[in-house]
Amino acid sequence: MYDFEYHKPKSVADAVAALKKASDGKFMAGGMTLIPTLKQRLAQPSDVIDLGAIGDLRGIKVDGNTVTIGAMTKHAEVAASAEVAKAIPALAKLAANIGDGQVRNRGTIGGSVANSDPAADYPAAVLALGATITTNERKIAADDFFKGLFETALKEGEIITSISFPTATKAAYMKFPNPASRYAMVGVFVAQTASGPRVAVTGAGACAFRVKEMEDALAKNWSPDAVAGVKVPADGLNGDIHGSPEYRAHLVTVMAKRAVAAAG
Amino acid sequence: MAKIGDRIKRTEDRRFLTGAGRYVDDLQLARCTHAYFLRSPHAHARIKSIDVAAAKAAPGVVEIFTGKDVADSKVGSLICGWVVKDKHGQPHKAPAHPAIALDTVRYVGDTVAMVIAETYAQAKDAAEQIAVDYEVLPASIDPVKTLDAGASQVHADVPGNLCYDWELGEKAKVDAAFATAAHVTKLDLVNNRLIPNAMEPRAAAAEYDRGTGNYTLYTTSQNPHVARLVLSAFVLGIPEHKLRVVAPDVGGGFGSKIFIYADETLVVWAAGKIQRAIKWTAERGESFMTDAHGRDHVTHAELAMDKDGKFLAFKVDTIANLGAYLSTFATAVPTYLYATLLAGQYTTPLIYCNVRAAFTNTAPVDAYRGAGRPEATYLVESIVSKAASEMKIDAAELRRRNFIAPDAFPYQTPVALTYDSGNYAPILDQAMQLADYAGAAGRKATAKASGKLRGVGICSYIEACGIAPSAVVGSLGAGVGLWESAELRFNPTGNLQILTGSHSHGQSHETTFAQIVSDKLGIPMDQIEVVHGDTSQVPFGMGTYGSRSLPVGGSAIMKAADKIIAKGKTIAAHLMEASEADIVFEDGTFKVAGTDKAVPLGQAVFAAYVPHNYPSDKLEPGMDENAFYDPSNFTYPSGTQICEVEIDPDTGVVDIVNFVAVDDFGNIVNPMIVEGQVHGGIAQGVGQALLENAVYDKESGQLLSGSYMDYCMPRADNLPSFKLGYQVTPCPHNPLGVKGCGEAGAIAAPAAVMNAVRDALAQVGAQDRIEMPATPRAVWEAIHAQ
Repeated sequence: MYDFEYHKPKSVADAVAALKKASDGKFMAGGMTLIPTLKQRLAQPSDVIDLGAIGDLRGIKVDGNTVTIGAMTKHAEVAASAEVAKAIPALAKLAANIGDGQVRNRGTIGGSVANSDPAADYPAAVLALGATITTNERKIAADDFFKGLFETALKEGEIITSISFPTATKAAYMKFPNPASRYAMVGVFVAQTASGPRVAVTGAGACAFRVKEMEDALAKNWSPDAVAGVKVPADGLNGDIHGSPEYRAHLVTVMAKRAVAAAG
Repeated sequence: MAKIGDRIKRTEDRRFLTGAGRYVDDLQLARCTHAYFLRSPHAHARIKSIDVAAAKAAPGVVEIFTGKDVADSKVGSLICGWVVKDKHGQPHKAPAHPAIALDTVRYVGDTVAMVIAETYAQAKDAAEQIAVDYEVLPASIDPVKTLDAGASQVHADVPGNLCYDWELGEKAKVDAAFATAAHVTKLDLVNNRLIPNAMEPRAAAAEYDRGTGNYTLYTTSQNPHVARLVLSAFVLGIPEHKLRVVAPDVGGGFGSKIFIYADETLVVWAAGKIQRAIKWTAERGESFMTDAHGRDHVTHAELAMDKDGKFLAFKVDTIANLGAYLSTFATAVPTYLYATLLAGQYTTPLIYCNVRAAFTNTAPVDAYRGAGRPEATYLVESIVSKAASEMKIDAAELRRRNFIAPDAFPYQTPVALTYDSGNYAPILDQAMQLADYAGAAGRKATAKASGKLRGVGICSYIEACGIAPSAVVGSLGAGVGLWESAELRFNPTGNLQILTGSHSHGQSHETTFAQIVSDKLGIPMDQIEVVHGDTSQVPFGMGTYGSRSLPVGGSAIMKAADKIIAKGKTIAAHLMEASEADIVFEDGTFKVAGTDKAVPLGQAVFAAYVPHNYPSDKLEPGMDENAFYDPSNFTYPSGTQICEVEIDPDTGVVDIVNFVAVDDFGNIVNPMIVEGQVHGGIAQGVGQALLENAVYDKESGQLLSGSYMDYCMPRADNLPSFKLGYQVTPCPHNPLGVKGCGEAGAIAAPAAVMNAVRDALAQVGAQDRIEMPATPRAVWEAIHAQ
């Protein structure tokens, strides 16, 4: 990796100030994407601002029907949280199946969501549960957050501070892992929310997206069969040596069916 | 005392598991510089110019070498050590393979410059300052299309990209037999390209002693003496006695560390140039790009049978991809290590094989665990199962009808080899029983009722190990003999060093070799040290590959042990004032038969080093014996694997639900170590069948599977618990009666798995639409293809 200035601010304000001062600074959460990118010399930031020492960004709080998770909370902490497991079991289970033990002990929910990797797991949960992303500047609805491949609504200098998930009466996540990387080739999160069923897909497209037709079908009849007949168009989906867009489109239906079945 | 057959824990594991192993990268050489190799980003390009001025001025840079520097220094071409003659008797095409590309790069990863700096990071930084002006040329990537007229030429001096057009067998006789056949089964098959992925990447560290003019190269080699010989005699011209090659602890090889690459060649050469130590360790991405890859065959085959399914003749037409340059043993793998195995376990009387070896703009391809034999086995066992299905004969029964009978050994096959021993039917019986083969149809029906596709697959393999009788391989074009050396060096206090010319990079030699000597000489394991991997310590040896270490290297050790016993007998007779003819050696002690007189081996050893009372008229002092062993034949391990899979047709996921392997490795020294070898081999075979694939972009020649994000290695959860069994027919021509076990799992598993996958897919008519690796995508597409 190339040389950079390393900062470890204690507050969000200091982090933002450090970024402003840097000629080409970069925030680092768990570093699970940034560090490999740096090691491959695919990025050359002037400054890396590590958010790991900002205590305010960590922790899990359940308040009535909302689970709020601090942005720097690690996947392993979400996976192990009895409160999350009780409030939204599907979310704890999702966290427990991200990457491997090392990734789960370093990677953070805020980092994952801010990065909007097309194959990350959390974006499916954020979108399907209709979460709210809180930053140092504002609150952003999940539906307005994911904009494209590694693209989100976050502006320069904006840091996710927490993510609030409304509980759902039913929810489940089914991932079809890429055989090599074990990232989601297709992951489908289904949730029966206060505003009706929501279905979000990760891995298949440029970023997480909802499948309206499946949601409508589930609103009429919450059952695996309801989504079995809904095919998403392959057009625009990801294609690589592991799966064509057509295969991914097919898997969306299969995983949705299985997710609905698992949600009960 | 350890005995042959004991399940002894590996003595080397304490250091490996506690982080106390010493690998090349662990070495701290004085005033060491670090090398970085700038590699070609293009599959095929002309280097119009290369400007290193800015890079030379970068911080920490010691020196930068380009292809011109190497050529000016008269560094020779990297060599291919096996001359294969084509069907017209002409030697294979051997285009130059410069250690650094001179004016043309031929694959993504080809070496363009060597940057040496005080730190690795500085070398890497400086490499970015090298300005290379490439003229990108069209690339030939596909092994079939590269042979087409008009394909882009990889080497100007190799017309049509054809390295050789080789054949084995008599085509006319085979064709005549086909004319009489009741049934002919035809098969088109791809043997997918693999990347070895040893856990420890390749590495080299070298130093030059200007006082003595001696070079020392520490490198990740499976055969340090062969590396020294090649570097000395062919490439660098450093006299053999002035070059010491050390292969310390090495973390896996699988064939990929047999070969002599540009990297270590340059490290040792450059250490002399700059008169400082240099170290280089491959990054994982470099390993993917530049380790010699494996397999990569495209084959059409036909099997002729009579009405009862008796094999009459077998005809094979293979195109083998050799990559951009010839790796050290590349030419032998798809010829003498492949076509000679096409008889399998069967009495097929006539076999003809034609192999065209092709150059492409991809990494060199060479031996990888099994080397030719997995390709042969996958082909034979796939076509036999297909034939069974077409003839409506049970796959086990068809095999049984064609097995070589146990009383037919030694058995001369039509493809040059003479099998020494074997008994195939009991192996198949035991495998079928362990696999509950009889219940497979019932389980298939049950699975179908729940929407799953089950299938069972058999692979009955043969391999030729214990490479090899020197005269035989010499007559076939090998540039070396393939014997092995050993030395047993006692110390005065009675403990012992075993020096072996074979090399352990995971095979457990330190345990196994100590175990056979402990058994033979009655010395406790902890009094025995196995020394290997250093040309300045051990006698010239040929190294480890082709499951040869125990059958060949172990035999040399046994021969040296016999010499120790013989010498000890003379000493003991002298000490006990007995006739030598009356001395017997039992449990580590020389005894006078029929008396209670005894001299332990340790006492004889002490007498040899402190020869105060010694038969000096008959013997030299000292107890240090060496032996060289040249096998009289290959060994022929055999076995049957049975795999059962369940396919989820909704996702295409193949789940291995049962896996049985019954092997005949001859006598077994350490069952636990053999199990480890079989487990690892099966994992690699399953990897090839279901997971692993080296994929190049067909146009640009970029390696698309260049990291673990895209190259799928087998993991524990891809595999079931294996059920293993053994049958033993001892090898009749080596002292231990052993056959070798290192490659069997990898040789047999691909066919066992794929026959199971095809059996499952036959339920939906998709059995002929699947190739390895049967990934979820491939299986799903096979099921849904129109």
